[in-house]
Amino acid sequence: MDCVATGGNVKVLAKAIHSLSRIGEELYLEPLEDGLALRSVNSSRSAFACFLLSPLFFQRYQAPSDQSFRCKMPIKSVQAVFKSLASLDRSVEKCRIQLNSEKNRLTITLHCKHGLLKTHNLSYQECEGLQAVFDKESCANVLQAQPRLMVDTVLHFPPSLEEVNLSVSSDRVWLRNHVEDDADSSRAMMTELCLSSEEFDHFAVGSQTSVTFCLKELRGLLVFAESSGLPVSLYFDEPGSPVILSVTDSVLEANFVLATLSEDSHPKNHVNTKHPDTEQPPDDFMSDDMDSFLIAMETSELPVPSHVPTSPPRPTSNRKHSFSEEEEEEALAEGPPNKKFCSLFFGSVLPTPSQLPNQTMQSQEVLASDSEDENQTETS
Amino acid sequence: MPLSTQSQADADQYILIASLDNARNLSNILKAISLRDHAIFNATQNGLKVTVEDSKCLQANAFIQAEIFQEYIIKEDAVGFQVNLTVLLDCLTIFGGSTVPGVCTALRMCYNGYGYPLTLFLEEGGVVTVCKINTQEPEEPIDFDFCSTNVTNKVILQSESLKEAFSELDMTSEVLQITMSPSHPYFRLSTFGNSGNAHYDYPKDSDMMELFHCTSEASTCKYKMSLLKPSTKALALSCKVSVRTDSRGFLSLQYLVRNDDGQICFVEYYCCPDEEVEEE
Repeated sequence: MDCVATGGNVKVLAKAIHSLSRIGEELYLEPLEDGLALRSVNSSRSAFACFLLSPLFFQRYQAPSDQSFRCKMPIKSVQAVFKSLASLDRSVEKCRIQLNSEKNRLTITLHCKHGLLKTHNLSYQECEGLQAVFDKESCANVLQAQPRLMVDTVLHFPPSLEEVNLSVSSDRVWLRNHVEDDADSSRAMMTELCLSSEEFDHFAVGSQTSVTFCLKELRGLLVFAESSGLPVSLYFDEPGSPVILSVTDSVLEANFVLATLSEDSHPKNHVNTKHPDTEQPPDDFMSDDMDSFLIAMETSELPVPSHVPTSPPRPTSNRKHSFSEEEEEEALAEGPPNKKFCSLFFGSVLPTPSQLPNQTMQSQEVLASDSEDENQTETS
Repeated sequence: MPLSTQSQADADQYILIASLDNARNLSNILKAISLRDHAIFNATQNGLKVTVEDSKCLQANAFIQAEIFQEYIIKEDAVGFQVNLTVLLDCLTIFGGSTVPGVCTALRMCYNGYGYPLTLFLEEGGVVTVCKINTQEPEEPIDFDFCSTNVTNKVILQSESLKEAFSELDMTSEVLQITMSPSHPYFRLSTFGNSGNAHYDYPKDSDMMELFHCTSEASTCKYKMSLLKPSTKALALSCKVSVRTDSRGFLSLQYLVRNDDGQICFVEYYCCPDEEVEEE
């Protein structure tokens, strides 16, 4: 593998990596035919981000001859290469990423001003691919806004806020902080922002919906979007389906996929279910699907792209390979999910059974409990 | 100025008097060598030399020539004492760091001789503070025996480029390896940390390279990162740095520092190579 990024793109690359560091601890690198994929996922598998840098992003792009090279490394090591972010465009002329497979090292060379050459040989681990299954096209609701709008909106929420709720109607968008039902409502601060559809570059709402997701991971994308000046698109469906934030231009595509709070049993979105979310019905976890899913994780060959479990199964694009998880222990160690936050589905290789749409999603997931209380679910 | 109203009788007792209109011209340089608590002062007709040592492997020296001082009186050939550098720096900056232009602390440093404390008169905005710091028997600084004849390789760089490299050094690396060679990579700083290794190469024709003098042999030596990292302070103040290694692998770093008034002072660091490397 040999890629060379020059000029301003070095800074974009560095910013992408910094963005990914807001999601997870490890950077997954996969050079593909259609570009270099940089991905990260958080520990509870409820947030996933992927930057795909097309070959045109680079001055030179050469994917490795054996197509299935994938590796991961601690993201901090890569961030250390691009430490002085502010001065990067002033000092770095060229950045070269090469793979040295004999020594298991990824070499990142920065050609700087005054002839200074910085060479970093980073050790990596080969790993299985990491890809969340999602389909932007099938989402009923699409919003697009300038990054400034989103940054200004998010500014109103305290940095410590974990979850935010996004509700849409035919002409408005509300953003509220999500407060647990059992929290003392007299002491909780409620913040609500209402935006008219006119503030958005694109506003397509299929049906009134309300989704709740983690704000923290979103901020990483907003920082990137703001610096690149590219509009941010939001794709979402009903609660339980992930919300996808996307920033695209001619040479790169960034997707941040965040899991949303699922509703209890009803497939309908905005019905306010008051009954607490108890433990998931046992069959979700002990079903054959789960077992098959686990089996699928152990294999390295991923023969069949999965179906997207939301609506009628759709043909998948070339990026929706099923995910197989290399950290099997992590998945196996999880108890029955009693947490409402679905972790992202990294689909199984087997066809989905006939189940309610919401439950379908949950059955295939590696679920991890959130830091929050686990007893209740409430969609606001 | 209040400082000049000192009675003549007092002034006669002092064997060393050094005055500065701007105490920062002394405190900044001393901060660049503040690796340890204790500093050895050695004053001669030429000026002040302050030495700090660390674990017998590293020595930092600051030279402030007599010309830098507005007043410099020394009544003996050499005056030596040892003081707590941290305390001295605290006193020199006792008025806090004033960033208002034109406002600075004036200093008059006086020493009566053996057994007497070091007396500092500091004034800012009409307020005078007197500090007396206990002195100790000065230790003999280690003589690293670094002489020009043994120098194998020498490089003079503009500090600008080295500053960035030093600030980015992988601190998980135990050593900093310095390679100087007549051929590629010419001048290289290497670290070996948890995530992998990193190399910073400066070619000999770089415009940051003011002097590149390497003998026929390449030299590669490792030095403990923990010893060299504090030199970053001196690097930050300097505009040029000379890096020299000798036949034993000892390292000499010399920094050219311009003070607030544009006058030149020198700071130098001597470091022993990390022993584990020597297998031969």
